[in-house]
Amino acid sequence: MYNAEKVIPFIIILIIFFTIPMWLNFGRLEAIPQPELPKEEKKCVESKEYMRAYHMKLLDNWRKKAIRENQHLYTASNGKNYTISLQRTCMKCHTNKEKFCDKCHNFVITHPDCWDCHIAPEVAKKWQ
Amino acid sequence: MAIKRRDFLKLTGLTLVGTAASAAVGDLLTRGEVKAQEYATPPEALKGKRWAMVIDVKKCKEGQKKGCGKKCIEVCHYLHNVPSIPDKKKEIKWIWEDEFEHAFPEQTDEYLEEIFKDVPFMLLCNQCDNPPCVRVCPTKATFKREDGIVMMDFHRCIGCRFCMAACPYGSRSFNWFDPRKYLKKVNPEYPTRTKGVVEKCLFCYERLAQGKLPACVEACPEKALIFGDLADENSEVSKILKERVALRRKAELGTGPAVFYLID
Ligand code: SF4
Ligand code: SF4
Repeated sequence: MYNAEKVIPFIIILIIFFTIPMWLNFGRLEAIPQPELPKEEKKCVESKEYMRAYHMKLLDNWRKKAIRENQHLYTASNGKNYTISLQRTCMKCHTNKEKFCDKCHNFVITHPDCWDCHIAPEVAKKWQ
Repeated sequence: MAIKRRDFLKLTGLTLVGTAASAAVGDLLTRGEVKAQEYATPPEALKGKRWAMVIDVKKCKEGQKKGCGKKCIEVCHYLHNVPSIPDKKKEIKWIWEDEFEHAFPEQTDEYLEEIFKDVPFMLLCNQCDNPPCVRVCPTKATFKREDGIVMMDFHRCIGCRFCMAACPYGSRSFNWFDPRKYLKKVNPEYPTRTKGVVEKCLFCYERLAQGKLPACVEACPEKALIFGDLADENSEVSKILKERVALRRKAELGTGPAVFYLID
């Protein structure tokens, strides 16, 4: 390789530069978002792991089934039935969007537009 | 650099192995997502093949005289978070009142106009059999359900307003700005809409799923609004329509409206 003595150190510098956030936060636990979980209810619609990874897919399927196919009842893997509704089901346990949804969404800088139309419980409360 | 036959075969083999491996890894990644999850229509849901509404305009007039305060509009607009916007050009309405000559501009009979001079006509989306709004919607945000309801998936609406141009009844409203500013109180159980989305009456599909009648039908103290299944011969709406004279708005256009106005 030509100019290896210049190119390789530069590549290393670049890698370090782009991974700075990782090194700065290394081992720092408080950086991990801590969404506030419901106190009364211990079980979500599906398992914690599943919800963590796939809640957006579940919600999207809920929308399709309820709105497009008129199927408003969801039977979870454990056999329990739930009414498909963000405001009437999910947010009855997760009573605060800011303390729950936003915690992780802000952390990963994703801004889903659910709440442009759906009304967060804390917003509805302030309104009345 | 020319590639040698041997190298070419080696590369081909590697590619094959790679493809198979990535497919396997892909399976691993989506594992746990596929589960025994089922969807159904709730057992308490009202079931119909062709939902329709009959409006008894004389009863409606009676009610207004007694001071019902147009409960149907009030309740519907509260439950569905429909804002009250003073600017007529930008207002949002799901159910509203108009005069005979505006509701039925094709009825040129002067005497009819005279008869219905002070009679209120409650107007709403006609949930047409052959809805022009559905035909023009480029995103399928507006579509026809099996039970006749002309449904909207607000998530999909891109606000092109083709449907508004297509609807011959002015049943659709467009959100020119964030409607939340114009909501004095909200129903926390139902969403609002957002800027750039079209909306209209959805025949209370969410209430039907809970086994309830549409909000306006339930709210009217005079029972001037009657809801039921046209496909069922014994339903109240079918029986009434067999006995009494009803008009449908601009039926000559072939849209097949499912909202009937009793005029006898
Ligand atoms: S405004 Fe929305 S509902 Fe109407 S035609 Fe366009 S995408 Fe469809
Ligand atoms: S009344 Fe208008 S909005 Fe309603 S189904 Fe007919 S064309 Fe569509």
